[in-house]
Amino acid sequence: MSANVDTTLPLEYQTEQNRLNILGFWIFLGAEIILFATLFGVYGVLYERYAGGPTHKDIFVIKDVMIQTLLLLTSSFTMGLAIFEMRLHNLKRLITWLIITLVLGAGFLFMEINEFIHYVHEGATMQTSAFLSSLFVLLGTHGAHVTLGIGWAIMVIIQLAKRGLTPVTARKTFIIGLYWHFLDVVWIFIFTFVYLKGLVG
Amino acid sequence: MMGIKWNELLITGDPLILGSQIAILLTMIGIVGGITYLKKWRWLWSEWLTTVDHKRIGIMYIIAAVLMFFRGGIDGLMMKAQTARPEMEFLNAQHYNEVFTTHGVIMILFMAMPLLIGIMNVIIPLQIGARDVAFPQLNALSFWLFFSGAMLFNISFVIGGSPDAGWTSYFPLAGKEFSPSIANNYYAIALQIAGIGTLISGINFVVTILKMRTKGMTLMKMPMFTWTSFIASVIIVAAFPILTVALALMTTDRLYGTHFFTVSGGGMDMLWANLFWLWGHPEVYILILPAFGIYSEIFATFSRKSLFGYKSMIFSIVAIAILSMVVWVHHFYTMGSGPAVNSIFSITTMAIAVPTGIKIFNWLFTMRKGRIKMTTPMLWALAFIPCFIIGGVTGVMLGMGAADFQYHNTLFLVAHFHYTIIPGVVFAVFAALYYWWPKMFGFMLNEKIGKWHFWLFVIGFNVTFMPMFFLGLDGAVRRSYTYSVESGFAPLFLLSAIGSAVLALGFAAFCYNIYWSARYADRNISSDPWDARTLEWSTASPVQFYNFAKQPEVTTLDPFWHMKKKNEGLTLKDSEIEEIHMPSNSGLPIFMGAVFSVAGFFLVFEWHIAAVVAAVGIIAGLIIRSFDYDEGYHVKKDEIKKIESTWRNVEGEVHNDVS
Repeated sequence: MSANVDTTLPLEYQTEQNRLNILGFWIFLGAEIILFATLFGVYGVLYERYAGGPTHKDIFVIKDVMIQTLLLLTSSFTMGLAIFEMRLHNLKRLITWLIITLVLGAGFLFMEINEFIHYVHEGATMQTSAFLSSLFVLLGTHGAHVTLGIGWAIMVIIQLAKRGLTPVTARKTFIIGLYWHFLDVVWIFIFTFVYLKGLVG
Repeated sequence: MMGIKWNELLITGDPLILGSQIAILLTMIGIVGGITYLKKWRWLWSEWLTTVDHKRIGIMYIIAAVLMFFRGGIDGLMMKAQTARPEMEFLNAQHYNEVFTTHGVIMILFMAMPLLIGIMNVIIPLQIGARDVAFPQLNALSFWLFFSGAMLFNISFVIGGSPDAGWTSYFPLAGKEFSPSIANNYYAIALQIAGIGTLISGINFVVTILKMRTKGMTLMKMPMFTWTSFIASVIIVAAFPILTVALALMTTDRLYGTHFFTVSGGGMDMLWANLFWLWGHPEVYILILPAFGIYSEIFATFSRKSLFGYKSMIFSIVAIAILSMVVWVHHFYTMGSGPAVNSIFSITTMAIAVPTGIKIFNWLFTMRKGRIKMTTPMLWALAFIPCFIIGGVTGVMLGMGAADFQYHNTLFLVAHFHYTIIPGVVFAVFAALYYWWPKMFGFMLNEKIGKWHFWLFVIGFNVTFMPMFFLGLDGAVRRSYTYSVESGFAPLFLLSAIGSAVLALGFAAFCYNIYWSARYADRNISSDPWDARTLEWSTASPVQFYNFAKQPEVTTLDPFWHMKKKNEGLTLKDSEIEEIHMPSNSGLPIFMGAVFSVAGFFLVFEWHIAAVVAAVGIIAGLIIRSFDYDEGYHVKKDEIKKIESTWRNVEGEVHNDVS
């Protein structure tokens, strides 16, 4: 509970409570890895159970998926730039890069929702087959995380604008950064094991 | 609204349930009326419902869990009454299905888990010399989410109907096709809410134990209870997300027509069984490891020796934690995964006996040449060893894939897991409550009533479950609501029912002990009444809200024992007192619990729009929390001096009675 301030560390690590929060968030990400690993496991079990419905090749549009991937990977890069500017105590650029990150994230979401609408038009709903149930839930869980992340980051941006860079706002920004990179990592697995494998296999 | 049949909301037409409905209503009126009459609302709100103090949260966990013990126990007694004689007509098949389902869920998730998490909450920060957990407000949220889930699950039997597919809720039975009523939605959603609370607790304890240990307490100087709770918390973080996913998929299957576990549409029913036990088997070690830690503390304290084989204890619990992740298939050898797979899981299962055996021997060697004191906590610990070994050995029998085909789904299995969980967890929790009661409340539980409690409970337990081994070997299947006269099961079933009545008397003795001790027990006791070894005994009883006026410094294992022997670090000079920073209370966790209950309730009844509206409350709570910059408050030196002087001698020394 004690303040235990260490100013030689980056802003987000300076107070004891901040160090606790950041470690706690890493452990939460560990739990998130298990969560997504379970979803990947379920998908891995069910991914060829089409039940007479559409298969991967019938519904996937690789061009749209590539656009999604580029949007999300770029947003992870811009998030990195945002944290870089935070370390330089450059509040204005930090907020700018955060907003660019969120715009890219929103673009990703827009593409993903379009993708889902396209699937449903093709007659591929989550009620159609076990394959599609697992596909929709895996992608949907990731998409829900991105949505939540955008809402959360907006809250952090408001606090940054109101309070400037303090150990608390720096910690919050750093943690949302970790979260955002994590979503990017999950997407790389989705891109590889769902889309590429689905189109090649 | 949205096609719900209002007349089917309340369960009607069963006198037992009507009686319960009336009893619940009267109890609620009684509680609300009583608090209003005593003008205790403000006190309840500001001291308890909004508290972020780990000790009070722990006590609330324990109170809720003891109530759940009562509820789950009544379910158990109803089953025993129904099977006491052949062809009984006390419960019908459907009612029996509901009762064994809620008995299992409540006893594991709403009794054993919260009792242990409650004790962990109270004790761990004290044992590591900290002033609270890493995230006090999150800790309160954990409690309220658990409580919300527990209440949602418990109202099922009066509103909407109880889940009836067993505590494992296997598909396809638990699916919409075979269980069309909303009853099993309660299972999926109430467990989800409570599970999120548990996951948060796990993260909280991992960070607390890793980062908040007092000066000098390296990992290898941590008390054993802290060690086992740490490993249990790691397992929580590793296993509970699997339950989260399994329950979410169950929910989408039941509510939104997906095909994860269905028979049609390419779904795979055994996928549920695999996911459930991928969480479920680690879960039993989440329960047993903190209990092992409790026993380790008690054996050391009452043998007046350091724990034997401290390092091998730690290697054992780590080994158990790893093995716990790779044995899940032994719950369904009969799935048909073939001899090779079954053999692998037989071997991993039996391998767990090795580290567990090491622990048993370590406890025995701890007692060897010790000056043993036969206190009530020690009696529970002593009874644990033979009873648990029976559970363990029958576990090895069940663990052999080939032999398991014979025991599978019989009462032999039921007897086995009751012989592991009751001595393993319930005895430990009783031991812990007797042992740490003075730390929590400032008075001790009566030893004489405690011994009645002990003997009635242990004898009742053995008489209840020992016959079930033999019934199982004779072919009596589990979850069957009755049996014929010709089966020849009647005498042993009757014996088992009589045993359960003795067991219940034991529990009654425990409740009476709490009542008697709260009224009559001596308040003027030492802060270290057992002459114990770890840091929680170096501070006041009951513990002051900031735990330690000065955080103790540790150089050895069993630090308080050595502090007493060397007469070091027991005193507190005025100059050593500094202001203490403490977190503020918050109403947000209980608000979140309430919103989760309401949203969960709507979702159970599949009122999707209402559930979405209620879920806006969850988002609102998160936003409020994000903008909450409360930095807590500081306790002034004068206040600390005043509080410390109430329990220390004039010179600032700890009261104790080292013999």
